[in-house]
Amino acid sequence: MSRLNAANLEIAREIMSRYPVVRSATIPLLHLSQEQNGYVTREAMQQIAELVESTAAEVYGTASFYEMFKFEPIGKYCVNICRSISCHLVGGDDLVEHAEHVLGIKPGGTTADGLFTLEAVECMAACTEGPTLQVNYRHRFRVTHQDFDQLIDDLRAGRLDAEIPPHGTLARERQHIPADKAAGNVSPDTPITPAWMEAAQ
Amino acid sequence: MTDTASTAEQPEAPAPDPNAVQVTINGVAHTARKGQLVIEAAAEAGEYIPRFCYHERMAPVGKCRMCLVEADSGRGPAVTVSCMVQVAPDMKINTESPTVKRMQEGVLELLLANHPLDCPVCDKGGECPLQDQAFSHGPGESRFVEEKRHYEKPIPISELVFLDRERCILCDRCTRFASEVAGDPLIHFTSRGNNTQVNTFPDEPFASYFSGNTVQICPVGALTAKPYRFKARPWDLDQTESTCTSCAVGCRTVVQSSRDEVLRYQGVDNDAVNWGWLCDKGRFGFEATNSESRLQGPAIRSGDGFTSVGWNDALDQAATLIKAAVAAGGASAVGVIGGARGTNEDAYAWARLAHDVIGTPNVYAHLADALRSEILEMPRATINEAASATTIVLLAPDLKEELPVLYLRLRDAAEKKRSRIIEFTARKSGLSKYAWKSIVSRPGDEVEAVRQALTEPEIAAQIAKGDVVVVAGKANLAALGTLQTDAILKVLEAAPGAKVLPAYRRGNIVGAVQLGMNPGPGGNSTAKILADAAAGTVKCLVLLGVDLVSDFPDAQTVERALSSGVSIIAVDTFLSPTAQRANVVLAAAAAGEKNGTVTNIEGRVQTVAQKINVAGTSRPDWMIATELAARLGKDLGFTSVDSVTEAIAASVPAYADITPTALKSARDGLLAVPTPSASLQPSGQQAEPANGYDYRLIVSRELYDLGINNQMSPSLAGLARGLRLHMHPSDLERVGVADGASVRITTERGAKVVTVHGDAGLARWTVWMPFNQPGGSVNDLISASGLVADARIETV
Repeated sequence: MSRLNAANLEIAREIMSRYPVVRSATIPLLHLSQEQNGYVTREAMQQIAELVESTAAEVYGTASFYEMFKFEPIGKYCVNICRSISCHLVGGDDLVEHAEHVLGIKPGGTTADGLFTLEAVECMAACTEGPTLQVNYRHRFRVTHQDFDQLIDDLRAGRLDAEIPPHGTLARERQHIPADKAAGNVSPDTPITPAWMEAAQ
Repeated sequence: MTDTASTAEQPEAPAPDPNAVQVTINGVAHTARKGQLVIEAAAEAGEYIPRFCYHERMAPVGKCRMCLVEADSGRGPAVTVSCMVQVAPDMKINTESPTVKRMQEGVLELLLANHPLDCPVCDKGGECPLQDQAFSHGPGESRFVEEKRHYEKPIPISELVFLDRERCILCDRCTRFASEVAGDPLIHFTSRGNNTQVNTFPDEPFASYFSGNTVQICPVGALTAKPYRFKARPWDLDQTESTCTSCAVGCRTVVQSSRDEVLRYQGVDNDAVNWGWLCDKGRFGFEATNSESRLQGPAIRSGDGFTSVGWNDALDQAATLIKAAVAAGGASAVGVIGGARGTNEDAYAWARLAHDVIGTPNVYAHLADALRSEILEMPRATINEAASATTIVLLAPDLKEELPVLYLRLRDAAEKKRSRIIEFTARKSGLSKYAWKSIVSRPGDEVEAVRQALTEPEIAAQIAKGDVVVVAGKANLAALGTLQTDAILKVLEAAPGAKVLPAYRRGNIVGAVQLGMNPGPGGNSTAKILADAAAGTVKCLVLLGVDLVSDFPDAQTVERALSSGVSIIAVDTFLSPTAQRANVVLAAAAAGEKNGTVTNIEGRVQTVAQKINVAGTSRPDWMIATELAARLGKDLGFTSVDSVTEAIAASVPAYADITPTALKSARDGLLAVPTPSASLQPSGQQAEPANGYDYRLIVSRELYDLGINNQMSPSLAGLARGLRLHMHPSDLERVGVADGASVRITTERGAKVVTVHGDAGLARWTVWMPFNQPGGSVNDLISASGLVADARIETV
C-alpha cells in the first residue's frame, strides 16, 4: 500500500530515464517515496529495487547510509536543532531543552499529534548564525526561545505552509527533462549514442 | 649448462618478456607480471602479507588496511595498500620495515577495539585469521579501555547462516561474495560510521544457494554455519581431501570429522572446477551420512517388514533371486538400474557383474533425465573451456538449480565479458539475466527457435567467430529429450568445431555411463526396463541407489513395475520409498565412507576419500558387486578399491592413464573422455501442435527437493519450496484466476489441484511445475514418453 502511487510511478519512470545506468536513480527514487509517505517504507524500498534492478538489501543499505532518509513514520515537521560547538556556545543546548519542554518530547521523539519530531543534530554549516535550527531542512538563524515558540505556533496554525512543506518534500518545483533530452538507460559499455546526443550532432 | 669461453659468440638473448616487471621485495629481486597486485607478487616471492579483506577470487577493495607495505617507485618509500596497487618497474617493496610493523600494529589495535574477545566460545577460534594475525602482527596490548560496541548476539540471516555483528570487522568479503560471485546481493552494509553493519533487508533472508561460502571466507567468527555451530574446535578436526558428489560438477572439498562423525565440508580452491566455492546442498549435505536413519546392515523381506540378516544370508538371497529370474526368462530378465550415486569403481564393478556375469543388456544409470547417450561421445568441453569460450550456447536445464557451481563459473564468464551466452529455454533460468541472448520458446518449438535464431545476422556472426561450447542437458522431465537433442544438433551443424559440455546432474552419472552402466546391444532404457518389468518379461530389478518411486518422471510405470511381482534387490544407504518395496536390501557405504574415484561432467576423474567408518556393516558398492558375482559363479578379481581402479585403466580406453599412482600426483585430477565419434543424427520429428485448450507442460528440478539425501540432512530438509504451478501472467488472466489461487491441472495421467503463480519468464501457453517437491508429486501426472507433454488448466 505504501508503494509509489500511479502519479509518482510516472515521475519515477521519468527520473529513471535520465540515467545511463538505471541504478543511479536509487536515491532520487528514495526521495520521491519519502515525499509521498513522509518516510521510506519497506514496500517502497522493495519497489525501488524492482525498478532499478537491484535488491531490497542494496536499496536499504544505500538508504540507511543517509540521515535524511527515515524508516519509521515521522512528524509532519522534523525540527533539527544544532548542538555542535558553535551553537552550543551561544545557547544551543538551552534551545534543545526549551524545545523538549515546549513540545513535550525528547530528541528522537514525535509529538502525539504527529506534527513534530525533534532531533538534536551536529553542525548544519551556519556557525556564525547560532543557535540555529532547521524545520524540514529549512534554516532558522539566531533562534531565541521566543522565536522558537513563535515558530511552533506558526507551524501549528499553518501560517508557514507556503514556506515549509511537509517532511519529505525537498522542493515544490519539480525538474522536468523533456523526453528527447533524457539520456535514456544506455550503459556506457554499449557503443550506442543516446538519441538526444545524436540529434545534437 | 656450461659457460662458453668466448664472449663474442654469445647466443642472442631471448626477447624480454613484455609482461615481466622487475621489482625488489625486501631487498630481493623478483620478476612479477604486468598488472599483478603487490600482495600477489609478494606471495609469489615467498613473502606473505597479512590481510583480511583481500581474497584471490574477488576484486580487491582495500577495506581492512591490514596489507599495508612500503613501496618506493622512485620518489621515496610510501605506505601503500598492497592489495590495491599493481607492481611497477623497479618498485622497491618492503613488507617488514619498522614503519610497516607500526602500521600493522595500529590497524590491528583499531580492528580489535570493537571486537569481542570471546575466542574461547567462538567457532572460528583456532582457525581465525584475526586471531592468528593479532598474534603474529599485533601490538599485544590495547589502549582502548572504553565499552565495546554491542549488538544482539547472533542473528540468523538465513536458514543456514548466523551473523554475530559484534565480531564483524567490516571487511566486505561476504557482501562482495554475495554480489560479485553469487549474484545474490541480499546482504549489504547498512547504516554508517560506527553503526555500520552487515545485514539483510528486514525479513528478507540471505536465501542464496551459495550462502555457506560466506562462512568459509569470513576472516573472523562473525558468520557461522548452523550445522557446525559449537560442534568442534578446529584442533579436534581431522581432514582429508575429497570430491563432492551431490551433483556432477565435481567440486573439490575437504571432509572434516571428529570422533568418527563428519562435521564439515570446506571448498578447496582448484582452478579447473570450483575455485574454492561450494553450493549449500553440497556443503551441508554431509548430514545425511551421519543420519540415524541410515541402513546399518543388510535385510531381507519377511511379510510386511524386514528382518536384519548377515551379509552371507543377504547375498545368498540376492543371488538366488537373480538366478531364478535368469532361469525363468533368460539373462535379460534381470534389469540393473542406477549407479550414479557411487564411485567409478562401484559403477564398473556393477557393470561387469551385469554385463559379464549375468549377461543382461538391460543396464542403465539414467532415470529418464538425460539426452541420448551419444551426447557423451561428442567432442567434450572442459568447464574451463566453457567458461572462457567466445560463445556459450545453453540448451540445458536451469544450471543454478541443478549444477550450481557450473552456474557460478558461467556467470563469471558472462560478467567478466569473456563469453557471450546464448540461451534457448522454455523458462527463464538463473543465467538468463547474464545471457547475451535469452530466447524463450514453447516446448515443441525448440528446433524452430534455434533455426530462426541462427538466421539472425547478429547471432550468426557471433557463432561464426568459432570457439563455441554447447551446454547440453534435458530441460524438461515431462517429455522425451528428442527435440532438445535435435536443437543441439542444429547448433552443432552451424558451429562445426563446437564442443559439448553435458549438463547432467547425478553425482557420478558420467562415470557410471562411461564405465558400462549403459545398455549393451539389444538393451533398453530405464523406462523400457520398467515397462518390461510391468509386463513380466523383466523378473528381477537391481536398484543401485535409485529411488524410483519419488525420482522417476513416470510414477504409473514405476508403480506397475514394482507391483508386478518382480523381485527387487535394493542397494542403498537409506530405506527409501522404493527400497521399502524390495525383497533384499543391501546397505551401501555413503559419501565420506569410501575411497575411489568419480568422473564429473567434463570427464575429469578425481578421488573421493574415506574419512569415517561405515555406518553399521555397510559396504561399498564395488565390494557388494564382487561378492554377488562370486555367488553367481564368477570371480571379478577385485580385492581392493585400487585393484578396481587398475582394472578400469586396463580395460576402458578413455581411462587408460588413470591409475592410482597417476592420480596421486594429479592435483586437478585427470581427464577421461571417450574419443569423439559423432554419430548422432537428428530425429527430424515434430511435435503435434497442441490443441487450442492445452498448455505445454514443463517439469524441472530445483536445488532442494525430496531427494533422500536432502531430506536426511536436517539443515536442508525444510528448504524445498513445495509444489506449485507457474504460468505466464497473461495466461493467468486468460484462465481467470488470481496469483496465489488454486487451479486444477489435468494431464493424460491424472489431475491435481495446485496453487498457481504468475511467471513472466515463461513462454505463453506454457506451464511449469517443480519435480519431487513437498505438497504433492508431479511424477504421477507425467510419463516422459512423448515429444511434448500437454496439460489442461481449469479453475476450481
